[in-house]
Amino acid sequence: MEKEILEQGLNLNRRKFLSRLSLGVGSAALGSLLIPDLFKGGSPSEAAIMDALPHFAPKAKRVIYLFQNGAPSQLETFDYKPLLNKNIGQELPDSIRGGQRLTGMTAGQTSFPLVGSYFPFQQYGESRAWISSLFPHTSKVVDDICIIKSMHTEAINHDPALTFFQTGAQVGNRPSMGSWLSYGLGSENSNLPAFCVLLSRGKGNGQGVYSKLWSNGFLDATHQGVQFSNSEDPVLYLKDPKSMNRDERRKMLDQIASMNDLSYREFNDPQISAKVQQYEMAFRMQTAVPEMTDVSKEPDSVIKMYGPDCLVPGTYAANCLLARKLSESGVRFVQLYHQGWDTHDNLPNQMVGQAKDVDQASAALISDLKQRGLLDETLVIWGGEFGRTNYCQGKILPENYGRDHHPRAFSIWMAGGGVKSGMVYGETDEFGYNIVENPVHVHDFQATILNLMGIDHERLIYKHLGRRYRLTDVSGKVINDIIA
Amino acid sequence: MPKILYRGIWAILVSAYISTSCQNPKNQNIELAENEAISYNFHIRPILSDKCFACHGPDANKREADLRLDTEEGAFAALKDSPGKFALVAGDFEQSEVYHRIVSTDPAELMPPPESNLSLTPKEIELIKAWIKQGAKYEPHWSFVKAQKPALPQKTDWATNEIDLFTLRKMEQVGLEPNPEAQPHELIKRASLDLTGLPPSPEILDKFADLASSNSYEKLLDGLLADPAFGEKLAILWLDISRYSDSYGYQDDNIRTQWPYRDWLIHAFNKNLPYDEFITWQLAGDLMPDPTKEQILATAFNRNHKYTEEGGVIHEEYRVEYVLDKTNTFSKGVLGITMECAQCHDHKYDPISQKEYFQMYAFFNNSLEKGFEGDVSVSKPSKTPILWVEKEDLSGILKFVNHKDTTRLSVSVMGELEGEAKRTTYILDRGAYDSPTIPVEASTPTSILSFPENVEKNRLGLAKWVTNRDNPLTARVFVNLIWQEIFGKGIVKSAGDFGMQGDLPSHPELLDWLAVDFMENGWDIKRLLKQILSSSTYKQSAAINNKHLEIDPDNVYLARASRLRLPAENIQDLVWASSGILRQKLGGPSVKPYQPAGIWESASSGRGVLATYIQDKGDDLYRRGIYNFIKLTVPPPKAIIFDSSNRDRCEIGRGRTNTPLQALVMMNDPMILEASRVLAGNLLDKHKDGEKSIEMAFKRILCREMSSKEKSILTGYYKDQLNRFTQNPDQIKPTLQVGEYPLEEKTIKAETAALMQVIVSMYNLEETITKS
Repeated sequence: MEKEILEQGLNLNRRKFLSRLSLGVGSAALGSLLIPDLFKGGSPSEAAIMDALPHFAPKAKRVIYLFQNGAPSQLETFDYKPLLNKNIGQELPDSIRGGQRLTGMTAGQTSFPLVGSYFPFQQYGESRAWISSLFPHTSKVVDDICIIKSMHTEAINHDPALTFFQTGAQVGNRPSMGSWLSYGLGSENSNLPAFCVLLSRGKGNGQGVYSKLWSNGFLDATHQGVQFSNSEDPVLYLKDPKSMNRDERRKMLDQIASMNDLSYREFNDPQISAKVQQYEMAFRMQTAVPEMTDVSKEPDSVIKMYGPDCLVPGTYAANCLLARKLSESGVRFVQLYHQGWDTHDNLPNQMVGQAKDVDQASAALISDLKQRGLLDETLVIWGGEFGRTNYCQGKILPENYGRDHHPRAFSIWMAGGGVKSGMVYGETDEFGYNIVENPVHVHDFQATILNLMGIDHERLIYKHLGRRYRLTDVSGKVINDIIA
Repeated sequence: MPKILYRGIWAILVSAYISTSCQNPKNQNIELAENEAISYNFHIRPILSDKCFACHGPDANKREADLRLDTEEGAFAALKDSPGKFALVAGDFEQSEVYHRIVSTDPAELMPPPESNLSLTPKEIELIKAWIKQGAKYEPHWSFVKAQKPALPQKTDWATNEIDLFTLRKMEQVGLEPNPEAQPHELIKRASLDLTGLPPSPEILDKFADLASSNSYEKLLDGLLADPAFGEKLAILWLDISRYSDSYGYQDDNIRTQWPYRDWLIHAFNKNLPYDEFITWQLAGDLMPDPTKEQILATAFNRNHKYTEEGGVIHEEYRVEYVLDKTNTFSKGVLGITMECAQCHDHKYDPISQKEYFQMYAFFNNSLEKGFEGDVSVSKPSKTPILWVEKEDLSGILKFVNHKDTTRLSVSVMGELEGEAKRTTYILDRGAYDSPTIPVEASTPTSILSFPENVEKNRLGLAKWVTNRDNPLTARVFVNLIWQEIFGKGIVKSAGDFGMQGDLPSHPELLDWLAVDFMENGWDIKRLLKQILSSSTYKQSAAINNKHLEIDPDNVYLARASRLRLPAENIQDLVWASSGILRQKLGGPSVKPYQPAGIWESASSGRGVLATYIQDKGDDLYRRGIYNFIKLTVPPPKAIIFDSSNRDRCEIGRGRTNTPLQALVMMNDPMILEASRVLAGNLLDKHKDGEKSIEMAFKRILCREMSSKEKSILTGYYKDQLNRFTQNPDQIKPTLQVGEYPLEEKTIKAETAALMQVIVSMYNLEETITKS
């Protein structure tokens, strides 16, 4: 509803305004889908918040978040624990478990037999970071990434844990991280939304993702994530109907604009001019978005880098390539989700498939950004919503085991955008169960991302129904150790 | 509180508000006149609440220096940390530590402290200084004081009823005069959209064309209020509040059957169930003496929230979550107070303690509900406790439930634990399910209204408390909600927060007059709507002049009608109704209209019956927007693009944005294209003439006659398109072939395709989807 005031803040001479439109310069940078000049005309307190941004020089301008949905096991990826192989089948000591609550899936289990990774680990790069054999490509870019082995969260089930990572609260209708950044920093591109979402699915046990996760919550709807799909309409309702070409569309929009103009003369309502402007942006998006999703002009060397899957729309690899293109074009926050990491059983099989889906393209994204000189200003994040238990869910078999949810310690990696490269941060105990060094809470992680983007997480706030909300809720501290 | 004192407060409030709010209701921009009376409620409390109460307010655990500024006793007591000093000394700002602290240049002394990221503006400091000089008088929070009918302002010729006396006085005080009355066709469209959510037909427009005495405006209103579409319109408001959906939410998000509750809502509004009963049934229908099935069905209100079916959850964690949701929905939706802050700690702004929060929670904590009833593989359409709707109910007491099937239905409703089985409610430390501390009994916040001694301490008692005539909030909050529905913005703009951090009323006396009048007249919702729609205030034209933009761009003072974009559901209604395809029937299972492919599928766990979207066929494609199926985790994309609630939580009031995604929907949605195609075919069939058909289409869609300029633009476009399709006949069929409505062979011609383009452009006009 603030929007109305904002629109009326558009104190432009209508004629000038319309002529600006026809010249195509009515497209000064847009806050997500919204005109920033209008936005700054909001309530005084909101305007003051917006004026203060960024709070300090940003290290990163854009974020690409490769969300591994379903929670990949840290023990088969980046947290090497030979003790678990040595003590396979032995009980998890109570002293280590320390009363950690269990999910309903293993709460009834009488035995908690330790199980180590069936995939060997090796050290790579100058950082000598341990990485399992499932990630040969990631191993090659290890000196460009920062592995955090000491993430922890509060939730133990998928839905609340995902929601917690995205919005800073386990429940409640709060804005997603991308929406916060769209709200705080707007977009760098007038033809594309500031917050884009790309989905893909692996063959492993799937957990849903849902549009609620990229919701604007109580922020203006212009900050909602715009989902790009792999159907013929990359953005909903983008494509014109059959036999409607560009010229015909232009003609129709001109009719509409001249009719709206008559209405404006009668009512003098600034909303009407704003409406015309939104139609113009829609028209531009119709060209800009398909150009974006078309990878046919990418050179072979790039296709080779991401792997052949990148030519198959809707795959993780295709989404990584698209993410690079979107980010390169100035999209503030690109959020990918790759489903299928929920390895309660049949872990070895599923991990092979999932790693194959994501390893090459994730590494390619790093190299691609780097070769374009964009890695320094683009923050790339890879990780899931929690970790997995060091004990087996069900029985340990020679070729099979499974792991339940584990919120107390798990691994993610970050790269570029002002994060130290070639670093391993944080440590877990020899059981891989508890953090022994440099814990990073989800709110700390969020505070750090905002910091890299030039935002003080305690000052990016929005007042809704009497309360000031922020992404990090009421806690969070910036992890300065990992900032270059 | 004593009546005399109360009157005195309003006198100050009203004058203070007017003098400060001409251009900007926020207190930052106040120009203080010499000796102007400062009001605690309107000037000072908003500053203290926003900037000071977090550390010096109701939350005892976070209170700094043991200083409390939200109560008179606290603020005038000797400072514990500074012997001999006082935070406030009435009339003497030099002796008031508060003043010294807010003007201090020493960061260690300055209040609010720099690390809080809060600061006072020079004007706020001036106000506090002036308030202290004038005696630093405290007042109770306005919305916690029982509403009483204020004296009516002087009669004027312009006024049709009491509402106008209040609004006119305000307009005059800020230097505005009312707009002239809107044209009859504008009024007819406006009232029609407000009361039924549907555009008026050309026949209605003609019938009431001059609003002459025999077909008066009053008759129009009576007709609209009696139309069953009325219930469908108003129900949307309550579906947002009661967070209605057709799925359970959370990760697998399987189907549920709560739609009989939606049918009840429509029925209740249509039969004009008084608001006090409406609330009582929903809160506690099951606890009423010899409850009917209808009364029990109404309690589904408390069960519409999300339910997890994720394997492996901890049952009690979710049971508690459900009780919290019920408590929060009640407090926000019915009481207009956001209490959820007090779930973790004493409220920082409102005088509601954590103990009081859990006392309120206790009313909802004895439900037979479980935290978990199995995962998606054993999912059922309802969860314990259940109301069974039998065949005989469908022809009897629950006749309004539109169920054509012969199977019985089940709905999740309320049911109470009895005797020994009753739970003890504990304060949960930081709101965590596994951290119970002190046991509490069911009760209500004393700052609002004490819970009566002689009333049962269960949900029925809670209903009696909330509908008690002495409750200061219930009627004010609902009247304000209805005002928001009609004018786009409540008298209290923060319609879900009447607490200390909420907005102050723009017309406090009008709000109170309406609230009391509403209660005095039997909580009669239709009467309230008729009263508002009959007012001269409502009937003004929406034309904006420069004075409006200068003095009141946001239309706080209502010297014109607001121009408001329609809610998502009513856009759909308008399109189907004006094209003549709307299938009007009340209620029934939710329907799955056209939706872009792959939306559910790409964002799904792959489990449960909602993993794939199976679009409906035939008549179900052409229903009103209220019946669209809502899958919580993937809400209907068009609705979200047009600012609908995602139904995740209780929401009061929707945003009203204007985005390019909305333009894309209006340009390319098959609904718009199909409606245009069918209307084009039918009009040409009837009138055999392009120009006449354009005229008729315009009247159906824009609800008025075309001007000559408009006619020349549209017919010019029509001729252009006719030329296009005549020269490119291969484009005709692909253009017309959209949607599942049968395409008649005889309509496949250049004229139809050309007219269809003209109609699509009509649907894309700003005016079409604007209530004006």
